[in-house]
Amino acid sequence: MTNIIKISEKELAQFFNELKIITTFSESIWILAYTLTLVLVVTTGVLVIVWLERKISAGVQQRIGPEYAGPLGIIQSLADGIKLLLKEDIIPAGSNAWLFTIGPAIVVIPVFLTYLVIPFGQNIILANLNIGVFFWIAISSVVPLGLLMSGYGSNNKYSFLGGLRAAAQSISYEIPLALCVLSISLLSGSLSTVDIVEIQSKYGFLSWNVWRQPIGFIVFLISSLAECERLPFDLPEAEEELVAGYQTEYSGIKFALFYVGSYLNLLISSLFVTILYLGGWKSSIPFVENFIQNISINYGINESFDVLKPVLDIFTTLSKSYLFLFISILTRRTLPRVRIDQLLDLGWKFLLPIALGNLLLTASFQILSIN
Amino acid sequence: MNSRFKHTDPIVVSMGPHHPSMHGVLRLVVVPQGENVIDCKPILGYLHRGMEKIAENRTIVQYLPYVTRWDYLATMFTEAVTVNAPEKLANIQIPERASYIRIIMLELSRVASHLLWLGPFLADIGAQTPFFYIFREREMIYDLFEAATGMRMMHNYFRIGGVAADLPYGWVDKCLDFCQYCLPKIYEYERLITRNPIFLKRVKGVGFISRQEAINWGLSGPCLRASGVQWDLRKIDHYECYDKIDWQIKWQTEGDSLARYLVRIDEMKESINIIQQALKLLPGGPYENLEGRRIAQEKGRMNWNSFNYQFVGKKSSPTVKLPRQEHYVRVEAPKGELGVFLIGDDSVFPWRFKIRPPGFANLQILPQLLKGMKLADIMTILGSIDIIMGEVDR
Repeated sequence: MTNIIKISEKELAQFFNELKIITTFSESIWILAYTLTLVLVVTTGVLVIVWLERKISAGVQQRIGPEYAGPLGIIQSLADGIKLLLKEDIIPAGSNAWLFTIGPAIVVIPVFLTYLVIPFGQNIILANLNIGVFFWIAISSVVPLGLLMSGYGSNNKYSFLGGLRAAAQSISYEIPLALCVLSISLLSGSLSTVDIVEIQSKYGFLSWNVWRQPIGFIVFLISSLAECERLPFDLPEAEEELVAGYQTEYSGIKFALFYVGSYLNLLISSLFVTILYLGGWKSSIPFVENFIQNISINYGINESFDVLKPVLDIFTTLSKSYLFLFISILTRRTLPRVRIDQLLDLGWKFLLPIALGNLLLTASFQILSIN
Repeated sequence: MNSRFKHTDPIVVSMGPHHPSMHGVLRLVVVPQGENVIDCKPILGYLHRGMEKIAENRTIVQYLPYVTRWDYLATMFTEAVTVNAPEKLANIQIPERASYIRIIMLELSRVASHLLWLGPFLADIGAQTPFFYIFREREMIYDLFEAATGMRMMHNYFRIGGVAADLPYGWVDKCLDFCQYCLPKIYEYERLITRNPIFLKRVKGVGFISRQEAINWGLSGPCLRASGVQWDLRKIDHYECYDKIDWQIKWQTEGDSLARYLVRIDEMKESINIIQQALKLLPGGPYENLEGRRIAQEKGRMNWNSFNYQFVGKKSSPTVKLPRQEHYVRVEAPKGELGVFLIGDDSVFPWRFKIRPPGFANLQILPQLLKGMKLADIMTILGSIDIIMGEVDR
C-alpha cells in the first residue's frame, strides 16, 4: 500500500515538474524581488547622495545647507522628490511628444540596469555575469541616444544645442573609460566584477589595482566625471549659457528622472572606482577579518560571523565609494567649467592616447610576467 | 542632397533680457553657426527709467537719492560726480577733512564693486564658490557704510560742499581692521583662481582688444588699462586729495580677459593701500579725537574748529541756484569714466543733466569682440568688460 502511495507521489511531482508551474512562479517572484531591491536601494542611495552634496557644498561655501526638513535636513531630498512628483506634467507645443517622453527614460534606465553587476560582498550581487564590467560600458552607450532625443524633441533651440553637446561629450569620454576597464581586465584575467575584486586580495592593501594602474586610475576618474556630466564638465547644463541645456523644457517627474539619473550615474561611477581600483569589499586590514573569525569560532557563534561579514563588506564598499563622491563634490564646487571645444580636445587628444599607452604598458608587463 | 541644405537660414538665438546669467537685463541676439558666433547685437533699454529727464525737475539735493540707482554696486561714485558738478560750476570749496572722507568712501566703494564683479565673473565661467566668498567682504563694507551713512547700499551721503555727517566714533579703527582683514583675503582669491589651469584656458587670449582699438572705441577704466594705456583719471584730473597719497596706476599690456581680471585684482589691493594711507592722513584723525581736541581747545595750537577740520563747508541751502554755465565733470569709477555734463540755468533745477556712463561706452565693443568666438565665450567676455545695466540704460 505504501509503495503505491510513494509511486503516485512521484508521478504527481513529476507531473507538476513537467508543467513547470511552480518553478516559473518562483522564478518570477525572485525576479520581482531582485527588481524591488534594486529600485529601493538605489533610490535610497540617491536620496543620501543629494543630501551629502548639499551639505558638503554648503560647507565649502561657508553656508549651512538644509537644516529644517528633518534633523540635519535629512528629509530635504525626499521632500524635493515628492514636490517634483506632484508637479504638472507639461509637454511643450510643437514638440514630438513621443521623443520628449521617452528621452528621459532612455537616459535613466541603463543606469538602473548597471546596478545588477555591482558586488557589495562575496555573494551580495544581483547578477554575477561573466561579462560584468563590459555590461556597464555597453549599456551606458545607450545614454547619448536618450540625450539626443530629449534635446531634439523639446522644440527649443537651447535644448537642441545642449543635447548635441551632451551627446558629443558622452561619446568622447566613453572610449578612454573603456580602455581603462580593458587594462583592468587584462590584469585580472576576467571581466566579471567579483573576479576583479577577488584578484585584488592577495597582498591586502598593496595589491589594490590603484597601485598597479595609477595612470589608469586618474584617466578613469576624469572620464567618469565627464560621463556623469559633473563640473568641470557640465557644459550641457551650464545655467548661465544655455539656460539648462537639454533639460530646459522638462518639469515634474521627467526632470526628476534627469536629476536622479545624474546622481545615479555618480554613484555607479564611484562604486566602479572602488571595485576596479580600490579593492571592492575587501577591507584589506589583515588582522580584522581573522580576529573576528577567531572570536566567533572560539565562542561558537558561527552564525553571527556569517551575518557580520556581509555587513562589514557593505560598509567597506560604501566608505570607499564615499571617497570618490566627496572628491567629485569638492571638484564641482572648486573648479571652473571647461569650454566645449577644450573638453573635446581633452577627451580625444589627451585622455585617449594616454589610455592607449596605459593599455600597451599593461599588456607588455603581462606578457613579460607570463614569460 | 547638397542643394537641399544650401539655403538654410541661420539660427538666431536671443539670449533674452531675462537670463540666469547675472548681468542684468541685457538682451543679446546672437547668430551662431554650430558653436561659433557669427554675429551679435545687443539690445538695450530694458532698465530705462528716464533719469536724465527727472533731473531736470529736481534740485541737486532732491536728486541725490536717484543717482545711486545708476550703478548700484559702486554707489559712492555716482554721488561724487553728481555733487562735483555743481561744486565746480559754482566754485564751492571743500574742506580737507571732507575730501579725505570722500576718498575713503570712494575707495571702499571701488573694492566693493570689484568684489561683486569677481563673483559673477567666476560664476559665469563655472566656479560657483567665489560668489559666496566675496559676499563675506562685501558685508563688512556694508557694515562700515551703514555705520557712517545709515544705509547699506543706497547711501545719500555726499552733499554740495562736503559730506552729510562726520564719521562716527571708532569708525577709523574699524576701517583699519577691515583693511588688515581684506588684504590677505584678496591674496587668497589670487591663490585660488589666478593659476588654475582651467580658468586660464577659459580666459587667456579671449576677447583681445588692442591698444589703438581701445582708444578708438572710447573705452575707459580697467578695459583701457588692460590694453596698455596708463590712463587713470585720479592721476590726470588731480581731483580730491589723491595727489597727497602715494599710489600707482595698475595696468597690463595683453588686452585679453585675463589682463582685465589682473588689473581689477591689482586695483583692489591698491585701493586698500589708499584707504590705509588716507585714514592716517585724515585731518583731525578719528572723530572722538577731533571732538576731544575741540573741547580742550589748546591755546596756541592749531585751531581745531577751522575750515579744514569740518566735514562740510558752508552748508548750502536746498534751493541753491546753479549759475548759467555748462561744464563736464568726471570721476574714475570702477567701471570706467563716469561723467556728468551739466548745463545750469540760473535756477534751482538744471537745464540739462547728461550722464556719461562707462558701461554704455564699453558695451559698444562687444559685437566686435564676439565675432568668431565660441558660444561659451560670450559670458566670459561680457563679464570681463563689467557692465551694469542700471547705468547703461539709466
